[in-house]
Amino acid sequence: MNENLTVLAIIIGICHSGIRLATPYLYAAIGETFAQRSGVLNLGVEGIMLMGAYSGFFVLFKTGSPLLGLLAAAAAGALLGLAMAFISVTLKAEQGISGIGLFMFGLGISSLLFKTTLGTVEGVKGFGELNFCLGDSFCLSQIPVVGEIFFKHSAMVYGAFALVPIAWWVLNKTTLGLKIRAVGQNPQAADTLGVSVTRVRYFTVTLGGLLAGVAGASLSISLLNIFQEGMTNGQGFIAVALVYFGSWTPFGVLIGAMLFSLVNALQLWVQVLGLNLPSDVAVMLPYLLTIIALAFPFRRALQPAALTKPFERGQN
Amino acid sequence: MKQLQLARVVDALLPLLAVVGALLIGAVILLLLNTSPVEAYQVLLSGGFTSKNGLADTLVKAIPLLLVGLGIVIAFRASVINIGAEGQIIAGALLTTFLALQLGEILPGVVVIIICLLAGTLMGGLWGAIPGFLKARLGVNEILSTVMMNQIAIQIGFYLLRGPMIDPAELEAGTNIPHSARLPKTTDLPRFTDIAKWLGFSDSAKDLGLTGFWGELYGLLVEPTRLHAGLIIALVMGILVYVFLWRTTIGYRIRAVGLNPHAARYAGINVPRYMILSLGLSGAFAGLAGAVEILGLHHRMFEPTAVSAGYGFTGIVAALFGKLHPLGAIPSSILFGGLLVGGDKMQRAVQIPQVLVTALLGLVVLFVVSIEIWSRRRAARRVAAPENPPASEMTAKPKLETT
Repeated sequence: MNENLTVLAIIIGICHSGIRLATPYLYAAIGETFAQRSGVLNLGVEGIMLMGAYSGFFVLFKTGSPLLGLLAAAAAGALLGLAMAFISVTLKAEQGISGIGLFMFGLGISSLLFKTTLGTVEGVKGFGELNFCLGDSFCLSQIPVVGEIFFKHSAMVYGAFALVPIAWWVLNKTTLGLKIRAVGQNPQAADTLGVSVTRVRYFTVTLGGLLAGVAGASLSISLLNIFQEGMTNGQGFIAVALVYFGSWTPFGVLIGAMLFSLVNALQLWVQVLGLNLPSDVAVMLPYLLTIIALAFPFRRALQPAALTKPFERGQN
Repeated sequence: MKQLQLARVVDALLPLLAVVGALLIGAVILLLLNTSPVEAYQVLLSGGFTSKNGLADTLVKAIPLLLVGLGIVIAFRASVINIGAEGQIIAGALLTTFLALQLGEILPGVVVIIICLLAGTLMGGLWGAIPGFLKARLGVNEILSTVMMNQIAIQIGFYLLRGPMIDPAELEAGTNIPHSARLPKTTDLPRFTDIAKWLGFSDSAKDLGLTGFWGELYGLLVEPTRLHAGLIIALVMGILVYVFLWRTTIGYRIRAVGLNPHAARYAGINVPRYMILSLGLSGAFAGLAGAVEILGLHHRMFEPTAVSAGYGFTGIVAALFGKLHPLGAIPSSILFGGLLVGGDKMQRAVQIPQVLVTALLGLVVLFVVSIEIWSRRRAARRVAAPENPPASEMTAKPKLETT
């Protein structure tokens, strides 16, 4: 009996952490989905996330308002996204390498600013858990199992999951979405029909940057409530991989993000349980999983045809 | 014609323009942080080049940068992007450490050093060839797979250093810091000062009547500094890579694949094979860098990310700045080695953290790839106007395209 209870607690714990940990991946990867569907690979997500994490943390620390922190992170992300759009759309720079540049810039600047403006801050009080209380006495989070898994998260977690259907709707059911897909699939044709390839790509890359900034903030002012140098630890790169993994669709990204964060959560619990698997090996698993997932060949056919190809009017 | 020459000069100066642009943005940031950019940059730019020890440190850092950069040159020339040099360095360093610890006591030092350098190179090559294979055979984007391979190498490193490879002294003391034991002294790459002594040179410039610049240079080469024989290895490799890429059939094919994979395929070149080869070679040089760092500088393996120390990324900057040319990578890696050393000194002199250098390097990359548009536009005009000579094979750049 007692043992069953522990098993249940562990399963609840894994599911709860899995949902939580998916948050930064979802924001960043959904944003990147928009950029890639329009034909731009923004590999600098990691750097933008770090800047978002720092900006959100800094503003929250100075003002005490998580909402202002979130806005600052979104603004910083959008700004860097705009810069990336200028570099990859207007200047037609090679997208993989410029992404590395943006990553290094974000990594360096966020650490520099943190060290010079804050230095040694412990933690902050970010977005708290919503418990969905109905009246004074009863909260949805008190429901056994279901409540504990689904109703004990911060607003940013729910925001990330809400983003998935919204992104699907925008991409598939709106004129804007049609334009984005057209520009990513066949920019020449879109251009002929009067769609501004440049404008659409500026929009998607800036939006992607904004969401990457929010993704970073979700770590620093909601999930962890701290800032550390290089705290994203490769999550931005994984987010880019998740877009490939999810075949450039929001729900595909959702599946990938959940799979990934569940493995991550499992990995955390492996350590708690003291299983005979070295923690370093467990930490490695998600990365290994990503490589294996990317090797499934059927995905390639779904890739936007103009991905990474700068648009030049009059060339095919 | 005159215009063309002017264009060439501008072309050659473009990377410098990128550095100036990066420094200007950095200056704005410094001003916002209430620090004088002049003061900070003075230390940053001169710190690695003015004193003998500073210069020695610069060259010590230029060694891994050059080796990694050479690998990057090969990959980028074949139009494949390798951002997995960090992991490849770690993979090479781990195997080197393991072999040096196992064989160090039973075989003569020279033999162990040669075995370790080769093994590190092979291990790095393997670490690079895996993403190459995945790209060539299964269409896996190499940018993403190399990033993942970095993380995997880091974790394997931590696992080995906390477990099987941990320094027995750490276990005894119970501190459990993840590092290996000190490698046997016989496996140390000779330092420049040792070589000078062995060749019978006096370790004082005054004995030879050398003063001024020559005296300083002599001092740099013979006085006890951390400068080690890895520099010779790296420089020789620079020349070898140049010969390989421009004087051998395989090198020619690698470049052909990079310039136009479709044309290369019609010319009968096995494009997938050359993709694997170029990523493998790229990794091999990073692996060699890892081996050289262990044998020449650290003499033990410790925290994987502290051994790779960002060289995997800075090496990309050095390669791009050297215009993806093996011989261009030599001065370029010395320059960036100097910036890293200068960054250290800047931190001490004006309390601006060294990470500023990382940000500046990122900006250099962004500027270098952004500025490319001018060269491309001119190249396009040259093609359109046939009276001008076509771009020579030497200056033709691969069209990097990530898919």
